[in-house]
Amino acid sequence: MSQTITIDPVTRLEGHGKITIHLNEQGQVSDAHFHVTQVRGFERFSEGRPFYEMPSLMARICGICPVSHLIASAKACEAIMSVRIPHAAAQLRRMLNLAQMVQSHALSFFHLSSPDLLLGLDSDPAKRHIFGVAAGYPELGRAGIGLRRFGQHIIELLGNKRIHPGWVVPGGVTEPLAPAKRDEILSLLPEAYANIQLALDAYKKTFASFRSEADVFANFPSLFLSLVHEDDSIELTDGTLKLIDAKGSVVEEGITAHRFTEVIGEAVEPYSYTKFAYYKPLGYPDGSYRVGPLARLNIVKSMGTPRAEKELAEFKQIADGPVQSSFYYHHARLVEILYGIEKIEQILSDPLILDKHVRATAGVNRLEGAGIAEAPRGTLMHNYKVDENGLIVWANLVIATGQNNNAMNRGVLQAARHYIKDGKFTEGILNRVEAVVRTFDPCLSCSSHAFGQMPLQITLMASTGEVLDTVTRS
Amino acid sequence: MTDAGDVKTLIIDDREVSALRGQTILEVARENGIDIPTLCHVNGLGDVGACRMCLVEIKGTSKLQPACVTTIYESMEVSTNTERLQKHRRTILELLFAERNHICSVCVANGHCELQSLAQQQGLTHVRLPYRNPDLHVDGSHERYTIDHNRCILCTRCVRVCAEIEGAHVWDVMGRGINSMIISDLNNPWGESSCTRCGKCVQVCPTGALFDKSKVGDAHPKYPDFLPYLNLMREAK
Repeated sequence: MSQTITIDPVTRLEGHGKITIHLNEQGQVSDAHFHVTQVRGFERFSEGRPFYEMPSLMARICGICPVSHLIASAKACEAIMSVRIPHAAAQLRRMLNLAQMVQSHALSFFHLSSPDLLLGLDSDPAKRHIFGVAAGYPELGRAGIGLRRFGQHIIELLGNKRIHPGWVVPGGVTEPLAPAKRDEILSLLPEAYANIQLALDAYKKTFASFRSEADVFANFPSLFLSLVHEDDSIELTDGTLKLIDAKGSVVEEGITAHRFTEVIGEAVEPYSYTKFAYYKPLGYPDGSYRVGPLARLNIVKSMGTPRAEKELAEFKQIADGPVQSSFYYHHARLVEILYGIEKIEQILSDPLILDKHVRATAGVNRLEGAGIAEAPRGTLMHNYKVDENGLIVWANLVIATGQNNNAMNRGVLQAARHYIKDGKFTEGILNRVEAVVRTFDPCLSCSSHAFGQMPLQITLMASTGEVLDTVTRS
Repeated sequence: MTDAGDVKTLIIDDREVSALRGQTILEVARENGIDIPTLCHVNGLGDVGACRMCLVEIKGTSKLQPACVTTIYESMEVSTNTERLQKHRRTILELLFAERNHICSVCVANGHCELQSLAQQQGLTHVRLPYRNPDLHVDGSHERYTIDHNRCILCTRCVRVCAEIEGAHVWDVMGRGINSMIISDLNNPWGESSCTRCGKCVQVCPTGALFDKSKVGDAHPKYPDFLPYLNLMREAK
């Protein structure tokens, strides 16, 4: 008899979702879905608001990555204003984005995934959390908390608030960097370097015991998309879009923000409130692609900072061509943290960083504008249309988690098929299915920006539709 | 010269104070360091008693009176901060919050809003009334400023400053009761009105209803303190 396993809620994710695994009459996995079950409505209720309010309004989509929304939104507004922001403002925003990248990646790696990686996927679920890590590996626990504090503190120094800083505005930022703040950020760097080194060493040491997981954790060929700098080095705040295929060949490059809708489409599936982004020329689902740290490191040719450059070279050794297993998102995330710290140091040495010109002003000069930034989880696009008075008449956001949605669903199915045999499964097996989703570090609240509420659950369902087992975690 | 008969003695919050004939309770209280909360009142403009935040109790009458427009008299006994008044003030604030869309977190006036700070000062922690969530429009037609009716509390400071100080009388109130709306000219878009672009209305607006387009995204402090000086200089002329 066929069955459905439900994991509801899926834990240690940002937002609420569930997984259902369908078994056929032989007890083999026939299908599996990752459902995002909340609706939030940002695109609808921003209609009628002045465009210059959009960055602070859109930042409320997420408390983890508000900076990404601030930046992508401000850039979309700047396209409407047709202005190029002052150099110092661009650099300060870049630093803000990097600080967020460090804190968000630290949250994903240490708080959400290190319990699986350090304590083991089969360890006691009652202790499989950040406090368990802090008890078993106090140095790493401290490093994780330290890296989060590092990023959050820089965000607070620059934007005066840790979450939802109002400092990023259309045209630049509201105030220049004070010398005392620059010196304070510089003083935070040595500890951050030590913390990330500790994490990289621990990851590389523990990876050996996860080789079998790496083989089945969303390990398949796909397209990869990210922003890149014009010299093909990593670029998280500006640059243009580049899309590569599974072999590493360039499919598209030099796609600027106002052209992204030519190549990126969004599909809808009945089981999820998160859309499924795809590369238009290949259609859905063939044009599905991955974004985020793994995609970025697969696409870029250099990091532009010495230590991260060495780490990138090591990362590129993992596979001949793009790294296909999503397990390596963890590895890529740590490399990006290192890059973030180094790049912040580089930016602070910019002689113009204290420049007082940090804001360009203009009114409505175009009725449509798009802005793209790399969020911790991947590429983030904001696209707005306004009326002559600058009031929003239409808004569309393409979120990183939506772009990884197809890969997450495929990954869940791949892992479920591998681990669930004859309808039998253990808590550790279901945790592996959840851990596949965790590698992507999806932000479900961001991805369902379009109305709502709920944390992840797994359902095992029979071919008759009968629910055989449900794992729900509160 | 002040005539001895013009000087009145009264009691505010158990304190004996003296005042001049014709002064309002609010003026006398503030001169004596007694704070009465206000929203529609702003120094330099005529009072209309619209917001009812400054209601006080006067011995001998059960009816509460707005301190901004009630003049003092000899031997008057006024209480400005009783439990009954505190309750009324909180209720008025709740009604204001429930009436339109005051979402502080994304408001340009966040941190610089008189409604917000008054709510904090009066210990308002919850709004017990259902929010009306009206769908009100934003007029962005003006070159420099925006009016967001969702944030408007109908204090009419903008109407008064435009009429009394600027002399343009662009702003006025249309409709009655809960349907009242601030309008420019004969309900024309602000950008097409007879506005002189002086910006006084923006500076006196206690909330984020009127704001400067160039100040969005971060702190948008208002500076209404210029009004008494402006009046003073004009009178001196």
